[in-house]
Amino acid sequence: MEALLYLGCTVPIRNLNYEVSARLTARALGITFYDLEEFGCCGFPLKSLSVEDSFVTAARNLALAEKKGLDIVALCNACSGTLSEVAHQVATDLEIREKINHRLKPIGLRVEGKVKVRNFMRMLWEDIGVEGIRKAVVRPLTGIALAPHYGCHYLKPSELNVGFDSAETPRTLAEMIAATGASVVNYPSLLDCCGGGLLGMSEEVANAMAARKLEDVSKTGAHALVLVCPFCNVMYEGQQKKIAKATGLDLKTPVVYYPQVLGLALGMTSEELGFKLNRIKPSGLLKILEG
Amino acid sequence: MSKINLNELDPEFKHQVAEQPGGEGLKACFACKACTAACPVQPLEKRYDPRKIIRMVLLGMKKEVLESDFIWLCSSCYNCQEVCPQNVRFTEVIYAIKNLAAKEACVPPGLTAQRSLLKKHGRLYEVGEFENEKRLKFGLPVIAEHPEDFDALLPDQNSQQTNESNVTT
Repeated sequence: MEALLYLGCTVPIRNLNYEVSARLTARALGITFYDLEEFGCCGFPLKSLSVEDSFVTAARNLALAEKKGLDIVALCNACSGTLSEVAHQVATDLEIREKINHRLKPIGLRVEGKVKVRNFMRMLWEDIGVEGIRKAVVRPLTGIALAPHYGCHYLKPSELNVGFDSAETPRTLAEMIAATGASVVNYPSLLDCCGGGLLGMSEEVANAMAARKLEDVSKTGAHALVLVCPFCNVMYEGQQKKIAKATGLDLKTPVVYYPQVLGLALGMTSEELGFKLNRIKPSGLLKILEG
Repeated sequence: MSKINLNELDPEFKHQVAEQPGGEGLKACFACKACTAACPVQPLEKRYDPRKIIRMVLLGMKKEVLESDFIWLCSSCYNCQEVCPQNVRFTEVIYAIKNLAAKEACVPPGLTAQRSLLKKHGRLYEVGEFENEKRLKFGLPVIAEHPEDFDALLPDQNSQQTNESNVTT
């Protein structure tokens, strides 16, 4: 089990707790990640300006991976979504592939459509499996209640996730949470969009979109909201204080990344897993585990 | 909303949108409104209404659509695309509309700023000593910027258009 670890722009600068926990848990489960210094932006931020610019920016990374002969595993939902979309396009549409290659030519690169792109969760699901995770757990998270949040680009567009998960009734994250021994909390707004894509355009609307889930999750009494995307994190963790102020809700919902939770179950310490970077301390959760 | 002046409609607009990458499905819309019903933005911001935006494009209301600020309010959640019985793929259609608006120079400044950052650093955030020191503290490998490809990869608007026309001929 090996892949090129695609970090993207946001995770390696703003979400070191996600990166460090993903690397540690992968290693513990027998996955080898390689770094590729030349990787650049995934292209997602350019899509509104020019779909073509976005595609060639994504394809540059795919071409670099092809040269190494390795598949890509990404941490951010937006990165894995954009890279898989373009990987799918270049593999299935010859006209688009040639158009992209025409623009890659000046930088000496070419894509053939051979690279597979998955997010880290899909790799865990397919290569390790729920049973594999369960067997690797040395410290079951008994007594801990966790609320999953998938994020839109984890599940959609559904044609990119055939054979993985369902956009309407997702289960992979919930089952991988359950595999750690924690209980999974269900709540009405499970499928809500975080609003992150709108934050730069209308903070008011973005915050209102995130508010409902935060309210729902805080009512369930879950120890934390578990997610896998740095943009969802900006909304649910970074904006939480502002949302509480704007709505008058009493919100103090800790937000954690799935690999952090997994790492605890694999016996790693909260310090190793970067929990000091979580801005709303999951103290209830850590107290049960570490006293 | 004010009355629509038929003389100001542009019958070519829908074809222009449909020719953008991702815009192809536009004309299949039969106005069932499933997209609007599934949209998480619409209940909070009435001006962002996928069905209505499609009607405006099909009618040829080019100026009203491209110069509006509401076309930039999509959260890209893909709900509209998932529920559409006609496979219009509205998430992609709204990207096509925004791409056209960008060509006509109606772009939120934040987006062009991101593009400039990308060209300069190859990524959205500059990686300096401060960031790398923090990474080292967590035992993470240092990141080196590789911006060298991006000037050629993302040429400015004029040279890019020449580039595109070379492809199509």
